[in-house]
Amino acid sequence: MKSVVREADHPLVLSEAEVALIRADFPILKERPHGKPLVFLDSAASSQKPVQVIEAMDDYYRRYHANIHRGIYHISELATEAYEEARAKVARFIGSPCAAECIFVRNATEGLNLVAYAWGRHNIRKGDIILTTEMEHHSNLVPWQILAHEKEAKLRFVPITEDGRLDLTHLDDLLDGAKLFAFTAVSNTLGTINPVKELSARARATGAISVVDACQAVPRMPVDVTDWQCDFMAFSSHKMLGPTGVGILWGRKELLDAMPPFLAGGGMINVVGYESSTYADVPARFEAGTPAIAEAIGLGAAVDYLETIGMDRVHAYEMKLATIALDKLSREPHVTIYGPGIEHRTGVISMTVGDIHAHDLASILDREGICVRAGHHCNQPLMEKLGVPATTRASFYIYNTPAEIDALVAGIGVAKRIFKIA
Amino acid sequence: MVNDFSGMDELYRDFILDHYRNPRNAGTLESPDASFEDNNPLCGDKIRMDLKLRDGLVDDIKFSGRGCAISQASASLLTEAVKGKTLAEIAKIGKEDVLENLGINISAARLKCALLGLKVLKQALALKTTEDL
Repeated sequence: MKSVVREADHPLVLSEAEVALIRADFPILKERPHGKPLVFLDSAASSQKPVQVIEAMDDYYRRYHANIHRGIYHISELATEAYEEARAKVARFIGSPCAAECIFVRNATEGLNLVAYAWGRHNIRKGDIILTTEMEHHSNLVPWQILAHEKEAKLRFVPITEDGRLDLTHLDDLLDGAKLFAFTAVSNTLGTINPVKELSARARATGAISVVDACQAVPRMPVDVTDWQCDFMAFSSHKMLGPTGVGILWGRKELLDAMPPFLAGGGMINVVGYESSTYADVPARFEAGTPAIAEAIGLGAAVDYLETIGMDRVHAYEMKLATIALDKLSREPHVTIYGPGIEHRTGVISMTVGDIHAHDLASILDREGICVRAGHHCNQPLMEKLGVPATTRASFYIYNTPAEIDALVAGIGVAKRIFKIA
Repeated sequence: MVNDFSGMDELYRDFILDHYRNPRNAGTLESPDASFEDNNPLCGDKIRMDLKLRDGLVDDIKFSGRGCAISQASASLLTEAVKGKTLAEIAKIGKEDVLENLGINISAARLKCALLGLKVLKQALALKTTEDL
């Protein structure tokens, strides 16, 4: 991207002209599903990709594809360099003091599972307490359930308030005796922004390690693990303009150094004998087998793209869209919005419309060219708590516009007419 | 503005909305002869079917659950269709019959919704048959 450059005199919120330039970088936005302009409001599930990311991966396959870390020849060295450069970019992007703390995994789910297996199996014992919250994505819940069953440990949950924020009233009691506290930085269903720094500090004060699901945070706000002072943090590339198939587990070096391998195979060993082997240092110890090289390079390009805009501006623009959307949707009759007020949330908005089921609403919006998510958002216990079987979720990103929010509101109007809701 | 729903008014025909909002045979049966509940884990649609059988026929059937208009209307229509039918006749009911009964074009993404009721009904009767063996 050449045109949208972060300069000191740029106002925080992206201008209309800048958003137009950003949109021009996303080839998919020219598509016309059902003959209508594509209005993509499902970036919280997976974002679209700018041409810069697509080309970075294409360039690798066309010019220097080879396996990494082994080849003695020139193009293998180029590939290794690009892969490790992507790691260094990610480390800088999330405020990691050292690139080796960033492990390439398939996605955040694999990152969280890695912690549950490699750290959890060796540190959690019978009767130990694992603390998580009532608003977690299944990927930050089920791995801890499995670990707890296996070790006969106990799961505890931080409850949520009526308006969908963490209820921290009894956090110290809940943390009492806990070995691990796993929580999300931003709720994928309610859009709630959690106080990660405070939660990590309070976990540390009681001797628990903190594991942060940062899937919805890293794409949409400045993230700094040094400031957060957490112990582990995981996110996926595909939600932040990068390709699918790659993600990052960040962990504090001393914790990673003490952990045994997760998956075993090539690339993660030091010396191998027939009976036993010694393992490589981090991060290689956790990257067995040939990794997703093109995807890692693509993630590096996505980081470049976001950094060129500036994450403070990405966040400010998304908050602008969230504010407009909350304002317009809350004025719509029969629309119920879940989650906290704008001061505690981001541009992920879950709603229901009258007695129209989320799937029916999503089907009708689809015919208008509007892509939204419908269902339980991998958040079944939370849905039970909210007392709704499913919600429709709209989420916004840098390529969305206020006009697309108007299209969403109009689409909801169409659904209400079809369902004969006055 | 008559035709701005581009096929959606066809998908959500009046009788579909009617079955969604006023489901036939809604509820549960006390001590049913066959019963099963299942959900569609992708979307959280849930359907339970209770059956009373007599002389190899479905004497009574009730369904309960929650979900989209397509899944609920489809289940409602299905209960109407199978009441008084023999188990052998029900065994022959397939996907096409359900879709024909709905009379609408269902996209691949929504097929699971339309077929959840049938899946639950068949499972209830399969369990019943196993018990009888």
